[in-house]
Amino acid sequence: MTTSKTRKKPASSHKKISPPIFEGAEWDYEKVDHCFQAIQKIAMEEMGLNVYPTQIEIITSEQMLDAYSSVGMPLMYNHWSFGKSFLRDESNYRKGFSGLAYEIVINSNPCICYIMEENSMTMQTLVMAHAAFGHNHFFKNNHLFKQWTDANAILDYLQFAKNYIAKCEERYGQKEVEKILDSAHALRDQGVDKFTRRQTLDVAALRKRELERNEYEQSQYSELWRTLPETASKDDEEIDLIEKALVQKLGLPESNLLYFLEKHSPVLENWQREILRIVRSMAQYFYPQRQTKMMNEGCACFVHYHIMNRLFDTGQITEGAMLEFIDFHSRVIAQPDFDNQYYAGINPYALGFAMMKDIERICENPTEEDREWFPDFAGNNQAIETLKEAWENFRDESFILQYLSPHLMREFRLFNLNDDKSRPFYLVNAIHNKQGYTAIRSALAAQYSVASLDLDIQVTNVDLHGNRAMTLTHNVTNGVTLDEKQVSLVIPHIQRLWGYDVSVKSVGPDIGETNFA
Amino acid sequence: MMHIIDRRLNPKGKSLSNRQRFIDRAKTQIKKAVNEAITNRKISNTDGGERIKIPSDGLYEPRFAGDSEKGIHDRVMPGNKDFMPGDKIKRPPSGGPGQRGRDAGEDGEGEDGFQFTLTRDEFLDIFFENMALPDFIKKSIKEEVTHEYTRAGYKRQGSPSNLDLKLTMRNSLARRLCLRRPRNEEITELEDKITALRRQKKHTIKEQNKIIALLEELEVKKRRRKMVPYIDPLDVRYTSFTEIEKPNTHAVMFCLMDVSGSMGETHKELAKRFFMLLHLFLIRQYTKVDVIFIRHTHLASEVDEETFFHSRETGGTIVSTALEEMQKIIKDRYPPEDWNIYAAQASDGDNLNSDNAHCQHLLTQNILPMCQYFAYVEVWDSHEAEMFPGDGNATRLWQAYEELKQSHQNFALKKVTRPEDIFPVLHDLFAKNKKSEVA
Repeated sequence: MTTSKTRKKPASSHKKISPPIFEGAEWDYEKVDHCFQAIQKIAMEEMGLNVYPTQIEIITSEQMLDAYSSVGMPLMYNHWSFGKSFLRDESNYRKGFSGLAYEIVINSNPCICYIMEENSMTMQTLVMAHAAFGHNHFFKNNHLFKQWTDANAILDYLQFAKNYIAKCEERYGQKEVEKILDSAHALRDQGVDKFTRRQTLDVAALRKRELERNEYEQSQYSELWRTLPETASKDDEEIDLIEKALVQKLGLPESNLLYFLEKHSPVLENWQREILRIVRSMAQYFYPQRQTKMMNEGCACFVHYHIMNRLFDTGQITEGAMLEFIDFHSRVIAQPDFDNQYYAGINPYALGFAMMKDIERICENPTEEDREWFPDFAGNNQAIETLKEAWENFRDESFILQYLSPHLMREFRLFNLNDDKSRPFYLVNAIHNKQGYTAIRSALAAQYSVASLDLDIQVTNVDLHGNRAMTLTHNVTNGVTLDEKQVSLVIPHIQRLWGYDVSVKSVGPDIGETNFA
Repeated sequence: MMHIIDRRLNPKGKSLSNRQRFIDRAKTQIKKAVNEAITNRKISNTDGGERIKIPSDGLYEPRFAGDSEKGIHDRVMPGNKDFMPGDKIKRPPSGGPGQRGRDAGEDGEGEDGFQFTLTRDEFLDIFFENMALPDFIKKSIKEEVTHEYTRAGYKRQGSPSNLDLKLTMRNSLARRLCLRRPRNEEITELEDKITALRRQKKHTIKEQNKIIALLEELEVKKRRRKMVPYIDPLDVRYTSFTEIEKPNTHAVMFCLMDVSGSMGETHKELAKRFFMLLHLFLIRQYTKVDVIFIRHTHLASEVDEETFFHSRETGGTIVSTALEEMQKIIKDRYPPEDWNIYAAQASDGDNLNSDNAHCQHLLTQNILPMCQYFAYVEVWDSHEAEMFPGDGNATRLWQAYEELKQSHQNFALKKVTRPEDIFPVLHDLFAKNKKSEVA
């Protein structure tokens, strides 16, 4: 663990050593409160973070397990799958296979942080810095969260969802509601809007636009330009137009399957549509988290690291507490090598934190290489400002493309392995050398891209004149086709919601078309 | 700005309802697992939950997923040691290290076995679904009845300690509003006005009249207040309790087993399972269940569980000795007036021929009138069952008992040859629709 530059400079500039806020592992409300004040001072005054008000809730390990099973939310509607994950988590925890998180933080206003009662005082301090300021700042400022989630409304919405589904169960029976939820859950990943939905223009505006266009055409009309005879017969044109209008009306192709089913399914009752909407809204709420996991954790780790160091510099936490923190911190941001038995992909905490620290380094202490790669901010000595801008405007994919430095690639010893399942070998495409930097950077970014995180599945056609069969098209990327077993299990769920036949086809450049019944 | 909220005292088990839904859903699988689990238990070891493992069919949550065995996967990994660009690495036969990223484990086939712990109640609920105690009319047995008080609405009379303040005040408020009882504030307001007016040194006639009017109004209001009391006896409500009768819930269970040489290990194992299930079942119905183990050869004695199942004895077989011993114990310690008595007898059907009549006699005259239920289970091992198929080859003891069955409703007999039979047999004995069958 190296001591950072930022931490030393302000420390020497104003040497104010205060007595430690706490000693020993025990915590109480007063200590937590004092600590929070101290952290807040650093976070707001020195770092200038912009956060929602915080609500810290102390919970037991059992309640933590409860929170786990309801996808981390304080309230959730009832469904057997949450019971299943509760039993699994509980079992793993009791057997000691997995520990519990030290905190859960919810993207809401006020920002709710759950902290566990068995944490030591050092851990509570760390957790507050990490969640109540790190994550909180990220939630409030990142553009994805701003665009797709509404922190003010989420808790009320959860309450609404829970009550609504309970009421449906009362009225229509638990089994009926469960069926709809099962089917909706199966399509959860296909229930998010990835782009802002097209606004439907109102009819008056449409007509006006058409008139204007006609007028313009007439004013520009010249008989001379009519060189080609009209070939298409009128009838075909009309049918085409009707088809087009229909497609237009249904908004095809549509990648948000749950949205499509909610709006257009011929068989669903209103309450069933509302349930689809609830599941869809939850999926949408979590969508930004999936796309910013690495940055979000990186931001939180950077913030807690910075704050803990500042607390230590100003004498507000003891050496013992600092050691405990460093021990924990270095475990969290450990990145096992690819050949290590504990390797499970790139640790988002490790990469996130390293990238944040690296940006700080480039801002304050750049090498020639850095100046060449990052002329915009290398040596600008405004690390926190630069980071805040990154936290606000990027997601994992674009963040890597923009900020991953050769220095860090060397430090992580990153290499790009191409695994084409049709060949009997892996191919090392690029390594951390001059020729490989850009290749590695784009390959790593692609790993975090929407295309690699989510399958591209769209409703492409609905046979409204015939048997109302729905066709889903999966656009294959990198030759990764759909898992047939999963498809055969998911299709009945879509059929239940659509009421008529559903078929899925995979379309791709190399594989042509594969159809699943 | 921060709030700290202590949630530790919030009600636990927020996910209880989800848990129940899950168990409902997995009922068939769980039931199977429970049946397997039960065979490995000790009779009286019924505390604590049971860890069970179920296959996950029907509990699987499918989603569209990419096939991780196809296509091109371009990965960036950390910790390069000696790779150079262009290196080709042979693919390990099946998913070696490095190849299995996140795509694999997450939701593939990794979930085939799902293990968790059922609470004791959940376990037994599932196990004894659709079973109930036979509803026999007790003739000579006086039931011990305890009394318990439960809430039963409200009443107008009662002791002050039972006064329901909330309801009383609500009634009072409603009455006061209806009868327009002047509020304190109205009176003080009037009085204030009067004193203010009086304080002036000179009064015009108009003011004097006003004072008189106000005084009158005050007088009326005060009278009204007296007439309309704050709390009237009409308002008062007391919580009411009624006494209900709670039937006696003690039971004693007699386990009778033949341990003579002819009873092999398989026989005993079968018997043990039967006893164990019966015990579990009774525990569900009664708050307290005593278990008495009586083993017999040509002599009978009361023993503890360990000896009952595991020690060997040699000797002849006289069933009636056990019945006599049981009768003696009942007389000494379990007066039938106070206890619900259940008995289960397991035997391979061997008995001294001359004893069968005596058994019959003992049962009809003494034991059956005292018992809630007497079940006889004849255990045969599978070889015997193969050799003597059909019912024609019943043992003498069976024949003797069969006659009893005609005349006694609280007597049942069954044959068990394999462990799988035990649960169905128990189920038959205590099936919920049993009543209609008998009737």
